[in-house]
Amino acid sequence: MFAPQTPKERVEAIQAGHRVLAEVHYERQPVTKGYAGRTLHVDVSANQISIKPVDDWMRNTFIGGRGFDLWLLWNAVTGSTRWDSPENEIVISSGPIGGITQYPGTGKSIAAAISPLTGTVIDSNVGGYFGPLLKFAGFDAIELQGIAGEEIIVFLDGNQGLIQILAAPEESVNSNLLAEEMVAVFGKTPQEKQGVTSVSAGVGSEHTLIGCLNFSFWDPRRQLARLKQAGRGGIGTVLRNKRVKALVVKYVGLKGDSNGPADLSLIQRTGATMHREIYERDPIMFTMRLDGTNHLTRIMNDYDILPVHNFRYGAHPEAHHIYSENFQKYFDYSSPDGCWYGCTLACAKVATGLELRTGPLKGQSVTVDGPEYETVAGIGANCGIWDAHAVLEANYYCDAYGIDTISFGTGVAFVMECFEEGILSKDTTGGLDLHFGNGGAMLELLHQMGRGEGFGLVVGQGIRRMKKIFAEQYGANPAFLQDIGMEAKGLEYSEYVTKESLAQQGGYGLANKGPQHDEAWLIFMDAVNNQIPTFEDKAEALHYFPMWRTWFGINGLCKLPWNDVEPGDNRARYRGIEAAKVPEHVQNYVNLFTAVTGRADVKTGDDLVRLSEVVYNFQRLFNLKMGFGTRQHDAIPYRSAGPVTDAEYESRAERYDAQLRSQVGIDPTGLSTTEKRLALRRHREAQYETLIDAVYARRGWDENGIPTLQTARSLGLDTPEIVRLIGQHATGAA
Amino acid sequence: MKVLVTNDQLCIGCRLCEDVCSHAWYKEISRGKSSIHIGSLGNASWAMAACNQCGKCIEICPTQALSRDKAGVVRLKKDLCVGCLSCVGFCPTLTMYFHPDHVEPIKCISCGLCAKECPAGALSIEELQG
Repeated sequence: MFAPQTPKERVEAIQAGHRVLAEVHYERQPVTKGYAGRTLHVDVSANQISIKPVDDWMRNTFIGGRGFDLWLLWNAVTGSTRWDSPENEIVISSGPIGGITQYPGTGKSIAAAISPLTGTVIDSNVGGYFGPLLKFAGFDAIELQGIAGEEIIVFLDGNQGLIQILAAPEESVNSNLLAEEMVAVFGKTPQEKQGVTSVSAGVGSEHTLIGCLNFSFWDPRRQLARLKQAGRGGIGTVLRNKRVKALVVKYVGLKGDSNGPADLSLIQRTGATMHREIYERDPIMFTMRLDGTNHLTRIMNDYDILPVHNFRYGAHPEAHHIYSENFQKYFDYSSPDGCWYGCTLACAKVATGLELRTGPLKGQSVTVDGPEYETVAGIGANCGIWDAHAVLEANYYCDAYGIDTISFGTGVAFVMECFEEGILSKDTTGGLDLHFGNGGAMLELLHQMGRGEGFGLVVGQGIRRMKKIFAEQYGANPAFLQDIGMEAKGLEYSEYVTKESLAQQGGYGLANKGPQHDEAWLIFMDAVNNQIPTFEDKAEALHYFPMWRTWFGINGLCKLPWNDVEPGDNRARYRGIEAAKVPEHVQNYVNLFTAVTGRADVKTGDDLVRLSEVVYNFQRLFNLKMGFGTRQHDAIPYRSAGPVTDAEYESRAERYDAQLRSQVGIDPTGLSTTEKRLALRRHREAQYETLIDAVYARRGWDENGIPTLQTARSLGLDTPEIVRLIGQHATGAA
Repeated sequence: MKVLVTNDQLCIGCRLCEDVCSHAWYKEISRGKSSIHIGSLGNASWAMAACNQCGKCIEICPTQALSRDKAGVVRLKKDLCVGCLSCVGFCPTLTMYFHPDHVEPIKCISCGLCAKECPAGALSIEELQG
């Protein structure tokens, strides 16, 4: 990780190592109504670069972002493609709204690939400048395919109209160094530095299956490259498997109308109003500008849904040590902290002067973005590590090594429980004491992932593979591992306890990519406010909200400005689930979409949902194509639905006893804890199946979770290939 | 710092200042492009709104397009501005403006042209402590 040269020497060494393996010149066309109209395909096996048009059907059907990713990836892979197959791609796209500057949260990129964790398509939403600058450089998406014969970078200069595949032997691998190297090599002036953005991973991505992508942006005030993560599903692992160190885009000349909107005035009015709302409301709502997403830790603990000790519990007396106020002393509040221009919600916190206590940079003072709530909850609470510094240090090294903090936190929590249960011992962990709360051991696991050695390599395989290893090699009970291993579809859970919210159990279990909360977050609506009491209510919520949240990903947007700040009169004007939709903000998004694209056929929030319903169902069908996407793959570990152990039952005994009486019709008096726990389990598992039936019906899927032909037709997805796919798998098919 | 100081009590609502401002900077009489705005409060009384050079917008700008010059006036470097309008939303006095004809916001730089033309003496350029 160390670079012994001076910065100037380093740049010269990197440049001297560059050798052009392929090169294409192109004429950049201005973006029109949110689209560049072309996509870029880079095959690093054959060193071929090609430019493809975006046709009307692709634009109108898949919109952009995650939609474009899915469509391009669908055409690149077959049902037998594995994550490390050369034909697997990393596809990155922003979306038609992505890159406007006037509204908060409008600079997102969405990355997709066949995942090493799930074996099917994964998508991950990330900040930083790459996606928007890629579009302004001339491309709505980039497909990276093949496996390079040597270490390379892909460089795209939008101002020069130049695309190169460069041999890159001298660049660092780890993102903490590489992102700054790319700015130093390709950006000379202050404006150029802001115009250079890269996508990279790290050595941890090489050694594990939980690698993340780091998307960079240059911070002109602090004079450093900041990193945002496309964390989920191991896309960083795919990047390093391709022997690609970085994708680099350079584009200088961004202006407020670079996106070529149909109606700039409407965007300006909508944006300025929203900025004002944040100015007035954020300080008295969620303090995102002060604390970032970690403001949630206190709330989650208060509501008993903060994951503690591998999701056993929902709260802990020591949790206050990792509340946001304990991180404020690390944060530098000297400048705006959006991850794209104009994001006044500014949740991206910057911890400066962090003195590292472990690892290859021990003793050095570093800067790290974050931590996000998921990192604090996963690495902190879920592992019982009530130490803000340890969380920040893990956050730094996860980013540097290219490791997803969520899969890492949930994975470490799992092995800590296995250690406490006697499934693992110091003999099997290489001497590591993995009791809950051991921050040093947690960090050592991380460094082992960086070095490619020890038990860290096992943890880096992800929970699904660990369950198999522990059962086969250590004689662990597979059923118990299945109960406590918090993964579904092969992806580690993000950080919310869902035991008391049936709807959110579905929100996680039915999520296309695996249990990530970006599809649905219904815990308050369901378990706290009881606004969706019936199965039909929950199914409706599990239709609307996943579709609605998908919409952000197909347009290059962040979800946070939708409901992490609300108009002052939202709760007075609307009630219940309608208030949760934040109608005024939905209208803002109607404004933005129509003002960018000029599409006259989109007039309401329901029209927006209809757009993403197409993409959502296509992703479900993509899972089917890859051998998943059916009911059995929507199964969830019981830990997410109820108490696995007697101790968990006892921790909420009053609540569970009452539920046995009122919901199950069993008098718990005189029953042992185990008897009560098993009775509750039978009830809850049956409820989950009933929920799935209701959701499938609402979504227009058959009882096996496959979109019906009628549904596909109604969404315009009845291509011959899809019709054939549905026919092969539909219930009753031969 | 050099600040355009307004006196609502003296304003007669002629709005000449808006015309002077837009003409000076955009070569047209277009009140929407003025960096001073006059609003009616009824009963022949008027509210004047112009930047007081407080500088809060400097902090919110993501591109360092806003900075204070030697006279203490907050000025916009249009070549650096990406038109995000964060400064508009976060202006404490709501005196950073925008117009759909222009990507960048519209801001008073205490040039004093409006003060020279004001027939009621309601405007003046003054040196205030920052």
